[in-house]
Order: sequence, then structure tokens, then C-alpha cells
Amino acid sequence: MVAVKTIRKSLTGAQAAAEAMKQVDVDVVAAYPITPQTPIVQEYAQFVADGIVNTEMIQVESEHSAMSAVIGAAASGARATTATSAQGLAYMWEMVGIASTLRLPIVMNIVNRALSGPLNIHCDHSDAMSIRDLGWIMLFSENPQEVYYNNILAFRIAEDPRVFLPVAVNQDGFITSHCVEAVDVLEDEFVKKFVGDYKYPYTLLDFENPISVGEWAMPSHYFEFRVSVQKAIEDSVPVIEEIFDKFYQETGVKFDFFEGYRVEDADIVFISMGSTSGTVRYVVDRMRSKGGKVGSINVRVFRPFRIDKLLNIIPNAKYLVVMDRSLSFGTTGSPLYQDITSGLYSKDRCLLVNNYVYGLGGRDITDTDIEEVYEHALYSMSEGISGQVVYVGLNPSFVKK
Amino acid sequence: MLAVSKDIKTINLNIGGYAEGSTALNNKTGGWRTFKPVLSRDKCVDCMICWIYCPDDSIVVKDGKMIGFDYEYCKGCRVCANVCPRSAIEMVSER
Repeated sequence: MVAVKTIRKSLTGAQAAAEAMKQVDVDVVAAYPITPQTPIVQEYAQFVADGIVNTEMIQVESEHSAMSAVIGAAASGARATTATSAQGLAYMWEMVGIASTLRLPIVMNIVNRALSGPLNIHCDHSDAMSIRDLGWIMLFSENPQEVYYNNILAFRIAEDPRVFLPVAVNQDGFITSHCVEAVDVLEDEFVKKFVGDYKYPYTLLDFENPISVGEWAMPSHYFEFRVSVQKAIEDSVPVIEEIFDKFYQETGVKFDFFEGYRVEDADIVFISMGSTSGTVRYVVDRMRSKGGKVGSINVRVFRPFRIDKLLNIIPNAKYLVVMDRSLSFGTTGSPLYQDITSGLYSKDRCLLVNNYVYGLGGRDITDTDIEEVYEHALYSMSEGISGQVVYVGLNPSFVKK
Repeated sequence: MLAVSKDIKTINLNIGGYAEGSTALNNKTGGWRTFKPVLSRDKCVDCMICWIYCPDDSIVVKDGKMIGFDYEYCKGCRVCANVCPRSAIEMVSER
């Protein structure tokens, strides 16, 4: 392993994303510069204004147009990116699905915040969950450092000719996006080399060989195109593994689809995404010191979701605590819970699984809350309770039983 | 026909469904037509208004003269007959 040089900087998650975008040297950034936009684009606009990057910055009139502009740019041979959040992503939604079915390697930073209504600008994962079925690779970041690494990996994954799919890099609104932490930043040259040049099989600007993009597909072809996206995201798994491995070889930083922590002999395993994973690890340590056989998993790659990889690292688990920061109205359990329970069923592994829904609209999730969840998990495991949805931190004065 | 997901090696389509130039010509849309435009050459003054308005590329022009229609692609939309200032185009049932 060759250790590369890094510089330690104090960055928010938003700044970490902008820093990575700067080093990757993006050709086009299109964004809508007011609420619900985040400081990512603001930071990047500063780099453009200062002449640090050679980026065409397009201020569009909406997120729908931002994604449209980025799609056009990517199809014409430019490395293009944007960032959004919450309602912005909702407004962009139509084009988000088009980006993936056109197989354009766009990277988008999403600062995860609650969807209206009621109107709220604080952290939860409802926005990201709305695009989970649209064919994007989805990476989740626990802290600004992971935001930075995930961005570099995202460009490399998206632009691999064996993948050619857009990648969303998620970070928790405010908790990650606005809080300063120490971030080890790689050297510009290293990042440039690791990501490589943007090369796409065609370009809209080739006048000798004109093509059209965004075709109409009749019932005779539509189905096959959709399956080809499914195939592409399934086939991206070994490529993502390879890129994670290469990143590890060159930087010493290890990434995997699921980051297990003290899981090997754990009976109870917490599974969470985003910033909460850090708090969970803290509680796991505390419970371990009291003799609890407990571990945690941080979901880093949410799409493609590989249940086999998850199960491989928890050979002794009996009880899963699935922590969801969003709701899926009208069905049993939230998105992560649905993925895990349906995955378990297909793998014929029978574990007790309960869904712990927390932190909607930015409600705090503290170590005390997680300890309470652990107590509930111990009780549920001993009683064999499974398939329940438990709301963590719901104000008791509103709850009537 | 059934195809099991894990058995599918690849789907043989252009990536993202892009199309090379002129491939729309392979799609003969004339079959959609129920009325076809027919030209009265004696009334036509070659003003080319039909050529401008045709939403496809179905007005055939040679040496500055309007000489007829490309029935392989004309869908019978009737726009040419409507815009013709000399009423030189008549829509005739295909039956």
C-alpha cells in the first residue's frame, strides 16, 4: 500500500463536496441558486469566480432545468454535475429518471432534507428515497470526510464504461452539510489521475456523425431499455468493488457496500445510514463495555442494494435494528427495512427484524435514544418480536394509546 | 416468452437508446394514413406553403416544382390541404 499525501482542512460537508468537485475539474455545473439549494453550489461558484476551475456555471431557473442542462451537457461530452436537496430534488424528479435511462454518468450531491409538508428544511432521508427506484447508484456519507471520498469515487464509478450510470452522493442536511469537521484532502494531481478523463461513447456535438438522444420508444422497445438499466446497475457491483479496492490500494482508505462495526459475534445488529451511524457506533462501544453482543452496519451503497454482502458480515446476528430516517406511507416499514426484510426472505435466513423510524424533519437522535432502542431490541429479541415499526422520539404528549 | 433475470447476459441496444442519424427513415409511417392528399397540378402555383407546413418531410419538390407526396411517410394529417391557398390538395379516402 502506498500512502498518498493529504492535507487536513476544516470543512463542512457542503465544502467537502465542492472541494472534490473542484479537484475532479468539472466542465459544467448547472444549479438553481436559491432555497432549497445548499452551500455546495455557492462554494463552487466562488471557485469559478476566483478562476480556480474551468467550469461553465449555468444558473438555471429551476431544479428541473438544472438536471435538464446537466443531461444535455453530459450527452455532449462534458463532465457535468449539480447539487440539490429536498423540494429541489422533488421538482427535478422527472429528469432524474431520464438521466439514468439515458445512461449518462452524472454525479449529483444531495443534501438530505425533509420533503414538504409540512414545510421543513431539516434533515431526513425522504428526498433521497423518492429516487431510489430511478436507476441511480446511491452512496451515503456519514461525515464530511466521507462526502469528500464519496464524490471522488462517484465520478470514477459513474464514468466507468462498464457502468455509465449517474451517481447520487448523499449527506445529511445541516448535521453533515453545515458542520465543520477535519477532512483529509488528497492532492489535486492524485484526484485528477484517479478519476481520469471523461470519455463517453458518443457526443451530441459530432456533426459528422449526427445522433439523437432522448428517443421515443414504443411498447416494442421500452421494456428492453428499462431492463438494460436494471442490468447495468446489477453489473455495476463488481466494478464498484474494484474501484473501492483500487482506492484502498492507493490511499489506504477502505470502503465497502456495508461498513460493519463489531458485528462478527453480534446478536443484535443496528443498520443505519448517514450521520446517525457515528452515534450508533458510539452507543455500540458503550453497550459492548457492559457486555452486550451488539454491532452496527453503516450502509454506504444503498443502490445497488446487495443483501448478500450485508448478510456475509453478520454471520451470528439474531436480531436486526433497522433504522430508517423516512417513511413509506401505506406499507409495512420504511425503505431500508423493506430492502432488508425482502432480501432476508429471498436468502432464506430467518432473523428477527424491527423497523425503528427516527429523526424525521430533523428531530434529534441522541445516544440516549439509541440506548432506548437497544433496550427495546433486547426485550424484542427475548420475546421473539419481529415485523414491528417503532417510532423513536415521537413526542409522548401527542401519542394516545 | 420468459427470461430469468440472472440468465440475461446483456441487452443489445444502443446505450441509453441514442439513435444514429436518419434512422427514423426506417419507420414507414405512411401506414397510419386513412386519407391521402392528392394534388391537382393545374391549380398548383408552386408557392411551397405546403412544403413549409408539412410536419414530416412528405412534400416532394423537384427543380422548384411541387410534384407530389411521399406516401411512405405522409400520415394524412391534412395540414397541406388546409394551408393550400389554391385548394389544389384534396384529401381522398384510402378505402
